[in-house]
Amino acid sequence: MRISSILLASTALTVAAGAASAIDLTVVSWGGAYQNSQLKAYAEPYMAMHPDVNIIWDESSAEAVAKLRAMNEAGNLTWDLVDVTVSDSIRLCDEGLAREIDFDNELAPAPDGTPASEDFGATLNNECFVPQIVYSTTIGYRTDMVGDTPPSSICDLFDLEKYPGKRALQKRPIDNLEWALYCDGVAKEDIYDVLSTDEGVERALKKLDTIKDQVVWWTAGAETPQLLADGEVVMGSTFNGRLFSAIVEQKQPIAILWDMQSFDIDGWIVPAGLDPEKEAVVMDFLRFATDTQRLADQAKYIAYGPARKSSAPLVGKHAELGIDMAPWMPTDPANAYNPHYYDYTWWADHRDDLDARFQSWLAQ
Amino acid sequence: MAKKRILPIPGIWSFTVPVNAAAGALLGYMVGSTNGAPFTGLLLGALFAGALAYVLVQHVGSRRTGRLIGAAATAVVGFLIAGFAGFVFGAFVGLILSWFAYWVGLGLYRAGLPSYATMGEVLWHNSFHLICGLIFFFLIAPIVVVIPLSFNAQDFFTFTPEMLALDPAGYSLKHYQDFFTNPDWTRPLRNSFTIAPLATILAVSFGTLAAIGLSQSHVPGRRAIMAILISPMIVPLIISATGMFFFYSKLGNWMEGSLGMSRDLVGYIKVVLAHAALGIPFVIITVTATLVGFDRSLTRAAASLGAGPVRTFFKVQMPLILPGVISGALFAFITSFDEVVVVLFVGSAAQKTLPWQMFTGLREQISPTILAVATVLVFFSILLLTTVEFLRRRSERLRGITPS
Repeated sequence: MRISSILLASTALTVAAGAASAIDLTVVSWGGAYQNSQLKAYAEPYMAMHPDVNIIWDESSAEAVAKLRAMNEAGNLTWDLVDVTVSDSIRLCDEGLAREIDFDNELAPAPDGTPASEDFGATLNNECFVPQIVYSTTIGYRTDMVGDTPPSSICDLFDLEKYPGKRALQKRPIDNLEWALYCDGVAKEDIYDVLSTDEGVERALKKLDTIKDQVVWWTAGAETPQLLADGEVVMGSTFNGRLFSAIVEQKQPIAILWDMQSFDIDGWIVPAGLDPEKEAVVMDFLRFATDTQRLADQAKYIAYGPARKSSAPLVGKHAELGIDMAPWMPTDPANAYNPHYYDYTWWADHRDDLDARFQSWLAQ
Repeated sequence: MAKKRILPIPGIWSFTVPVNAAAGALLGYMVGSTNGAPFTGLLLGALFAGALAYVLVQHVGSRRTGRLIGAAATAVVGFLIAGFAGFVFGAFVGLILSWFAYWVGLGLYRAGLPSYATMGEVLWHNSFHLICGLIFFFLIAPIVVVIPLSFNAQDFFTFTPEMLALDPAGYSLKHYQDFFTNPDWTRPLRNSFTIAPLATILAVSFGTLAAIGLSQSHVPGRRAIMAILISPMIVPLIISATGMFFFYSKLGNWMEGSLGMSRDLVGYIKVVLAHAALGIPFVIITVTATLVGFDRSLTRAAASLGAGPVRTFFKVQMPLILPGVISGALFAFITSFDEVVVVLFVGSAAQKTLPWQMFTGLREQISPTILAVATVLVFFSILLLTTVEFLRRRSERLRGITPS
């Protein structure tokens, strides 16, 4: 009788201790080299400092909005921190699926004391979104398939005579329509005005028609590097970090065309409705992961620009290869000579219409 | 000893040389087009194969020596074109070409047919074999091609020039190393080997019981019950998965809230239950099929000798229907082990299984580690199937020996 009660008590204690000592954080991201940079720069140092926290990764950011909606409906929230693009964060924040964040109190200030909201500056967009990196969608091309005159303008994408061969483009209207209009003679600042009209969309699709039968449409970030490595396409759009990895780490004969690179921002949202205990841990991790040093550290592993101004001077060399990372950053002045600022607010309003138009154009 | 039939030898110039030249032309065209000169390749290939067939059939009596000569000659040609890799490839092609030369030249293509078969019948007989061969090729080739690619030294799904030249620098075991050391892969591996056996045990127990119950003629509405039990196999998986997502969310909340279980444990229970439900139809079908051949009077005999139903089941019925249970278990295991849709819905990241990881890996990062995993899984499946087949035969043999 006594032995069994002691056993019971000790078991209960062990169970309680076990429950208290291990906190699993499910962090959702994009997988690949990008998730690896987050693992190395934020998660591993954090777990080393807090042995009681265990971070589990889920590569589901691509369907973050749909999954969070479903989890909310089913009352079964299994995610603790989600990496999303700024446009997804707008939708999640509007629908109340993401928690609002008090930037100046809940996030770390810059080392010189500048409050976080000022340090993040223009990369901030809505109350739920903590920016992490600035990346760009840009063109990579095979150096051995373009002859002696490598492409120097985004419009070379549409020049089938000078650069014959297949092109890889993302299977969505964003970026493609803007590039098409720009190369059809629309001034950069007028692109979204023109796109707001039906004739403008027609005009962009007409321009895309000229290369349509030479385009391979991709949906996953890994596809263009694979197609370029195989020599199946002569050029293609993809995220600049993927190109960096193919060129520098995999030593493929590829180069980057930075003209009209399309800037976008990626960052964290905290799902609304976490239990308070869990939320405290998540916020602690978030504060750590988005401080000046951590964002600068991430740039050691991948060629994406840190979202904080104070991180820029701290960007150093690649962690394994020891090369300078600055020249590979989309934000480097030498690369950002003619960037295109993708207007996510405009797209939030027009996305559904244009997606439908684009899909029916694809099917024609 | 059966007397060996003498096959008619076809004309060397009217048949053997032209047919071999045509085969050589085809191969030459393929080699030529990879080297940028398809028609030179076609011509040289035709000349080479024709000459080889003439020499072998007319002047080299021993087929083994002839094949060696053919392999050596082609290997030398291959070496001149593409170095070491050409040598290996050439030797292989040479073996095939010289085998083909004898097969055509000595009339061996009539070997399986009666001597009165007409030309059309001979042609059909061999075309039939060719079609069968092609079917096997199309079934197996996509699986086999994965195996060498998994040893790629680069991080792409590409046969690099180094690989094609059989240069050791083009090959590496790093993707296998990644699979067995990277927590992104070891955790799913562990999860798969936890979830699949548990789901299999549940599916086999419930499925076997259901099959036995449903084979009793006195059960009311057994067709309807059977249809419901088999429905997870018929309903599109994505629909089952969506339904299961909402159903198990509620169940999970209840287990966490009222029973105080940890989220991790609840996650595993949910996935195991969902996979068991998917596996049950396979067990029911295979066990029902074996029960058709089961003699009911044996259970009555056991009962008349004083055995209770449980004892009868384990001592009499179970050993007899074991082959059906085992193949059902195999299907249930593979269903859970291969399943990606339901686990994506029902599981959370802590329950990530191998197919899930392969799916996201393919989407987000085309890494040859997936090919290494695929290779390991192919060999694992072969091993599993062989073992089960071996056990099944053994149990059949044992039962064959025991007097009935």
